[in-house]
Amino acid sequence: MSDSLTKFIFGRLSWESLPLHEPIVVATFAVVALGGVALLAALTYFRLWGYLWREWFTSVDHKKIGIMYMVLGLVMLLRGFSDAIMMRLQQAIAFNGSEGYLNAHHYDQIFTAHGVIMIFFVAMPFVTGLMNYVVPLQIGARDVSFPFLNNFSFWMTVGGAVLVMMSLFVGEFARTGWLAYPPLSNIGYSPDVGVDYYIWALQVAGVGTTLSGINLICTIVKMRAPGMTMMRMPVFTWTSLCTNVLIVASFPVLTAVLAMLGLDRYVGTNFFTNDFGGNPMMYVNLIWIWGHPEVYILILPLFGVFSEVTSTFSGKRLFGYTSMVYATVVITILSYLVWLHHFFTMGSGASVNSFFGITTMIISIPTGAKIFNWLFTMYRGRIRFELPMMWTVAFMLTFVVGGMTGVLLAVPPADFVLHNSLFLIAHFHNVIIGGVLFGLFAGIAYWWPKAFGFKLDPFWGKVSFWCWVVGFWLAFMPLYVLGLMGVTRRMRVFDDPSLQIWFVIAAVGAVLIAAGIAAFLIQIFVSIRRREALTDPTGDPWDGRTLEWSTSSPPPAYNFAFTPVVRDNDAWWDMKKAGYKRPLSGYKPIHMPSNTGTGVVLAAFSVALGFGLIWYMWWLAALSFVCLIATAIGHTFNYHRDFHIPATEVEQTEEARTALLAAQG
Amino acid sequence: MATTAGAEPVFHLKDEHEHAEGGSTMLGFWIYLMSDCLIFAMLFAAYGVLGGNYAAGPGPKDLFDLPLVAINTTMLLLSSITYGFAMLTMDKGRIAATQAWLAVTGLFGLAFLGIELYEFAHMIHEGATPQRSAFLSAFFTLVGTHGLHVTFGIIWLVTLMVQVGRRGLIEANRRRLMCLSMFWHFLDVIWIGVFTFVYLMGMLR
Repeated sequence: MSDSLTKFIFGRLSWESLPLHEPIVVATFAVVALGGVALLAALTYFRLWGYLWREWFTSVDHKKIGIMYMVLGLVMLLRGFSDAIMMRLQQAIAFNGSEGYLNAHHYDQIFTAHGVIMIFFVAMPFVTGLMNYVVPLQIGARDVSFPFLNNFSFWMTVGGAVLVMMSLFVGEFARTGWLAYPPLSNIGYSPDVGVDYYIWALQVAGVGTTLSGINLICTIVKMRAPGMTMMRMPVFTWTSLCTNVLIVASFPVLTAVLAMLGLDRYVGTNFFTNDFGGNPMMYVNLIWIWGHPEVYILILPLFGVFSEVTSTFSGKRLFGYTSMVYATVVITILSYLVWLHHFFTMGSGASVNSFFGITTMIISIPTGAKIFNWLFTMYRGRIRFELPMMWTVAFMLTFVVGGMTGVLLAVPPADFVLHNSLFLIAHFHNVIIGGVLFGLFAGIAYWWPKAFGFKLDPFWGKVSFWCWVVGFWLAFMPLYVLGLMGVTRRMRVFDDPSLQIWFVIAAVGAVLIAAGIAAFLIQIFVSIRRREALTDPTGDPWDGRTLEWSTSSPPPAYNFAFTPVVRDNDAWWDMKKAGYKRPLSGYKPIHMPSNTGTGVVLAAFSVALGFGLIWYMWWLAALSFVCLIATAIGHTFNYHRDFHIPATEVEQTEEARTALLAAQG
Repeated sequence: MATTAGAEPVFHLKDEHEHAEGGSTMLGFWIYLMSDCLIFAMLFAAYGVLGGNYAAGPGPKDLFDLPLVAINTTMLLLSSITYGFAMLTMDKGRIAATQAWLAVTGLFGLAFLGIELYEFAHMIHEGATPQRSAFLSAFFTLVGTHGLHVTFGIIWLVTLMVQVGRRGLIEANRRRLMCLSMFWHFLDVIWIGVFTFVYLMGMLR
């Protein structure tokens, strides 16, 4: 085959693109490949493909999509954490002239991939999954506003994750840090495929995120049960609404800024170049105009989780519901007025820095109000220290420390000392692990019985809890110390041997966190094995307060046989107190959306499009783009997208539940 | 809502209350348009920052041909009016007239794109390429993104003409025509911004 033909077909992809010279990557590939082959073989052997395709991949049921998001987040957590522990090990041993075991080329990819994966493909899917599962149930709806779009959004997120995973074995990932600042990320300094993988993975996933944001806003605004006014919405629904407003109002910014970076790289424009009038600082501004709202996108839903958990496990109405809602809205607005605090040192001048320093400090006021609301909810409550509540208390203790170091960093003169140091790394892990991750574990333990009909095993949950909490403190407190001593982030080797002990302690903490993750996986495994003993036939295992606990666990496809009518905050609590009796007759056929495989197909073409663009395989890019458009148009010619669940089927489902409840006595 | 003693509290609806199919579509599409508007906002912002950075290359006064842009603007504004006529005939249920007005709208859209492409080709021919300066990068990206939107609008328009032809002005098709209507007028509004900030103010720079 002639050279030009090869180049036409494969672009810049060649045998040299495979990282065969990196033994660590090759070993990883071997493990992943073997695991993957075993998984595929098992699925084929047990004839699960048809089941998965029909019941899950093509499903438009918000509950199944929510669960699939959680699975995606969990799988990617393992990848993101592998990167973390590799970095900890490298930094613990690269002293006294040792180069450690990672070369610079590989190490730079690892810290970039760690950040990108943890934010976009762990935290985002977890948060979106939780909202997807819980919000329609909490507002008494049967599904989201646009069920097909929901399925499509999920698969686009998967598409982005697939591209990131591909970069591990085909080519390489960006070596620029997780926000890919130019000029480093421009073609002159990053000529290889790493930044292109970064751009297209985020663009593909970003489409999904934006659309799911629109979907959930519409769901919350339009589909609430009768009687549920805005100020009767559960707090988790409120925080989800604010988060999705933030998503829709910030992800387009990311899309635009990455598009401009892409044009610089592919077309040779001069948005962020150093010459011909380009302005790299504009990239830093624009990406943080997305980036700061993004951190609130991550934390707000978890504030909602903590509110639900605190109130349920204290047996009390949430203290200060109204102030909680207003605090959430104020945070939503303020999150757009602080972006510049990410680069105080980059020459904005004293007045501008002061403005953004002050707005940043102001954000701590509504956040502090929330902490007090949770504390006052617990005050004189009958607190049950079940797993979700344990995570919540650990969150309050940990997050307050992270919040205070955040206020410290918000002071511009202090930031000039601490900028880009490990102090910053400790701060944001303090709030993201202590806030987002602890909240996710609280939420998973809290809603697991709703999703599957049995509780999670408390013993392994507690093992995981203690490993995580202790591991977190061990892993990140040393980084505060190192940061105060002036150690900067993203370093691969160190000269000063007196620093080593802190890195060793941090590595021990990371190992403990690994044990925490393992215990979590064991917890799931053990719980599935012991599901008979852990079963909850009532649908309301925690004596809950909001509507999701009024239906069965797991809920039927239609969620509620009759649309609930809401009279108060904590609608289900009100129903229980007012002597609610479950209706046993008069079922009607229920209108539901049909499953479709279009979302999977569209996402697959998007991945092919991204791959073609990354490797300069223009024919592949053009072909998959045409297929993408054609499939989308073809989908609109299908006008039959719904069906009715017959009343008899509803009756059967509900009678089965009646029998189950009666057996409880 | 306190219930009076004795009255049986109502906890659920007895009848299936149908969420009208597509009941959230207009709201959802509005929100989508606002997210798209943000993309344009970023491109306007980039143009605002970079618009004066000619890098010793040609500036707006050397490049812009205002009479041509005026004709182009007219094409797009007329296409919005004709789309409005299509919606009026749709309300009266006249399929053929709706189709005709949609076709006229599409032709105006094509004329707009043709003139824009001519303008781009002319500029590139004169050496004013997107690579020449940050000003030109921002210019081509902002105006080009708008043009790309118009292109997709036309593809969508043709699709809807086929669908209306096949199934008539059924509820679903009316909803789709409403969405495209909002999209089309939205692009008009964006173009007013482009015309004002890029072309008119560029000539004053």
